[in-house]
Amino acid sequence: MGKYFRRKIIIYLITFFVAVTIDWLIPRFMPGDPINALVGRLSNYPQATQVAYTNLQRAFGLDVPLWNQYLNFWKSLFQGDLGISITVFPKPVFEIIAEALPYDIFLMVPAILASYFFGNKFGAFAAKKKKLDNWVLPIWYMLTATPYLWLAIILAWAFGVVFNLLPVAGAYSFSLTPSFSFDFIFDLLKHWILPFLSLFIVQLGGWAIGMRNMIIYELDADYSKYLETMGVPDKLIRKYAYKNASLPQITGLAIQLGIIITGAITTEIVFSYPGLGHVLNQAILQEDFFLIQGCFLFIIIMVLFANFVIDIVYIFKDPRVRHSIGGEM
Amino acid sequence: MKKKTNKEISNTKEVLYFAFRNKKLIIGLCLFIFFLALSIIGPYLTQYEPLDYAGPGYQPPSGEYWLGTTFFGQDVFSQFVYGLRSSFGVGLMGGTIATLIGLFLGFFAGYKGGYIDEILMMITNVMMVIPTIALMIIFAAYLPYRGVVIQSVIIGCTAWPWTARAVRSQTFSLKQRNFVSLARITGTKTIKIITGEIAPNMLSYVFMVYILQFGGSILAAVTLDFIGLGPTRGISLGLMLQNAVLWNAIQLGMWWWIIPPGLAITLIVGGLYFMNTGLDEIFNPKLREM
Amino acid sequence: MSLEVKNLKVYYQTLRGQVKALDDMTFKINDGDILGLAGESGCGKSTFSNSLILLKPPMKYIGGEVLLDGEKLPIENYEEMKERRYKDISIIPQYALNAMNPTVKIGKYIRDVFTFKGFSFKEIEKELKRRLKIVGLDEKILDMYPIELSGGMKQRMVMVIATLMNPSLLIADEITSALDVSTQKAVSKMLVEFRDKKFVKSIIFVTHDVSVLYQIADKILIMYAGKFAEIGPAEEIIHNPKHVYTKLLVGAMPEVGIKYSETPLSGIPGHPPLLIDPPEGCRFRDRCPHSMEKCLKEPPMIEVGKDHYVACWKEVDRNA
Repeated sequence: MGKYFRRKIIIYLITFFVAVTIDWLIPRFMPGDPINALVGRLSNYPQATQVAYTNLQRAFGLDVPLWNQYLNFWKSLFQGDLGISITVFPKPVFEIIAEALPYDIFLMVPAILASYFFGNKFGAFAAKKKKLDNWVLPIWYMLTATPYLWLAIILAWAFGVVFNLLPVAGAYSFSLTPSFSFDFIFDLLKHWILPFLSLFIVQLGGWAIGMRNMIIYELDADYSKYLETMGVPDKLIRKYAYKNASLPQITGLAIQLGIIITGAITTEIVFSYPGLGHVLNQAILQEDFFLIQGCFLFIIIMVLFANFVIDIVYIFKDPRVRHSIGGEM
Repeated sequence: MKKKTNKEISNTKEVLYFAFRNKKLIIGLCLFIFFLALSIIGPYLTQYEPLDYAGPGYQPPSGEYWLGTTFFGQDVFSQFVYGLRSSFGVGLMGGTIATLIGLFLGFFAGYKGGYIDEILMMITNVMMVIPTIALMIIFAAYLPYRGVVIQSVIIGCTAWPWTARAVRSQTFSLKQRNFVSLARITGTKTIKIITGEIAPNMLSYVFMVYILQFGGSILAAVTLDFIGLGPTRGISLGLMLQNAVLWNAIQLGMWWWIIPPGLAITLIVGGLYFMNTGLDEIFNPKLREM
Repeated sequence: MSLEVKNLKVYYQTLRGQVKALDDMTFKINDGDILGLAGESGCGKSTFSNSLILLKPPMKYIGGEVLLDGEKLPIENYEEMKERRYKDISIIPQYALNAMNPTVKIGKYIRDVFTFKGFSFKEIEKELKRRLKIVGLDEKILDMYPIELSGGMKQRMVMVIATLMNPSLLIADEITSALDVSTQKAVSKMLVEFRDKKFVKSIIFVTHDVSVLYQIADKILIMYAGKFAEIGPAEEIIHNPKHVYTKLLVGAMPEVGIKYSETPLSGIPGHPPLLIDPPEGCRFRDRCPHSMEKCLKEPPMIEVGKDHYVACWKEVDRNA
């Protein structure tokens, strides 16, 4: 088992290394002069231009050789210095991201857990009932095909404008101040429910389809057939099928992470929900390169961490992995 | 060899038989062809260019403007049909690039095995963990000018890992099969083995992979467009949605602007998924219903 | 009578029509018999064994009757059979090496099966451990996952599980087909031991390898193209076969010490008919070197010795 972990950790480290390198590399090889462009943005603040130029010089370190720049990049990374944001000058990028992150977690974690749980149960249920399966499967396919952002738009339009039930912008009403009062929490939830739903509904389809296919596969396996020849009640066969089918679904979660994060980003944009996605969108529109890079790094870190957690969970659940000598499944 | 050809003929007949009876394939194909036709014929049906000011803004659908007008008075229908073209273009190019890269790397890794396999898989694993959106952002954000082609290249270059993995396992399992060993024993050249024995068996699989990549590229393009990394000129379905949200179409209740682009994407990609499942049933006898 | 089969007909329902895989099967075996069921691939022996224990689509019950220990076995009724499965009739499947759930410990697996079937695992636990010892497995195996076992260990484990409730009839479906000769011997001997120790009453040993049957079977039943060909004591079948097909089959067996250059193996030219539209009358007549006009009609089953029956017109003529 130790070998399995070592291998995984090495891959994650390499991934992080590659990601950071790409992050550092790409801007330097793109056409155009980023520094002048950046300076151009600050032309509104004449006194800031000089400060910015020196900052930028330091940050990009263009007066030092290339490998030196690279090392400096890593150094500042470990010091938590991700640069200064241009749009919210002079707020440090790290601070902006740190403020946005809790909203992401608040939005994504429940959506992922809820859709995973209900999607799997629903999928398993449909696998056994042919009639239900026939008309619910196309619905799930349509759900997975729906762009997260479009569902968000439709939900916002339907519930926010047409029925005028729920708010469509921000995390909480501008008139309220954050506190632990019932009013505030209720307001917070009102702003949260629509973005949550758009993430939940689309993912639900995906998990349901996956689980349904896995259950069908497990029910067709030799051990299921043997249980049948032993005259065991369907309940046990289904129980075993569900247990075994859940395993690949856990791996599926790791693979889906990138897509889910993408969905979260676009959903936040639609609802102006102040998470990382919203921040990133603003950064792109304003060409705030430091902020863009900072978001990129944070997304990578979150994904790596989540992958690691999922790997650990998987080891506990699948005895075959514990047994085999640490190879890739 | 001759026996195999006879089997191939009856196989094709059998495949076509099941193909025409498979509801999922038919429905998916119909959806896809409908929108494809619309994207080709549509621009001839409208007199406006997508970005032209066609008339007063904020108009709901009417005889004059079939899907109404945008906030600025652009004809939504024109934007819609030209946008469809852009989406199909990205799907085609991005899907092709991703499939080719994945196919090449996956096959090479699976067939050669050993060191080459280890290295390629390491690269694939790393690429798989990094979310494509992050990669696409980094690539796209620094380009001053972006067109549909560049967008397709970026999407294609970031979407291949799962394909490489899948092709690799298919290659592994095919490599073990008897007819390949037979070919080897008779001294057939490697290239002949690949084209003569392995490729025909993988064709159906590769076709299904392509369909998924096509759909995936369309979705990726919509996302890129929406967050602001779309083509710097022209129109696409994702750009339509971005503009709509940016100019408060939701709050203004401009349903004719926000529903068609997203609905089209959903139906096209959904149709592709249907086709994929249908094809899976056709090529995989075990999955066929009685 | 331990098992009595009367005119059993089981077909397969396919898109192209009905495949007459098992047609009019009739025979008897006594308590304590090991019946070897042999024939070419596709002759219907697997269809037969599966129809006894798990008859479900695409298999279709057409007609006939099966009596186990004098009682009718409701094979055509899937739900009713559930009670009988594992208790009265049990099977060691061809896929025995994959028969156990890979993610559940073996001990827990057996416990689950018993509990869900409404039996007490506690009561059987002692006997289970005793049997493990008999087949040479350590008690600790109950605490392991199937993946931790070798092929041979898994085989023995499944054999123990299949016979744990002392079924009246045990079906061993091609359990030696994928094994090497020495393991074949060990497994076959284990089956005989189970019968001798009365863990099972009778055994039906399905295989295409007649030489293995000769070692352990009391009686041998030869099938061809879904139909009964010959049944008799093992000695008789091997040394005094009556059906033309049996003779050719036995003649096709290689013998130790005989060189091919001196005595070429005789095969049986041709191949079995497709069962979706089988030929009229005797299904072997196209390959039979002795076929006659008569063979266009169904050959009747006649007795040619003690417990020795055959369905062949040549024998009918001889005994007339």
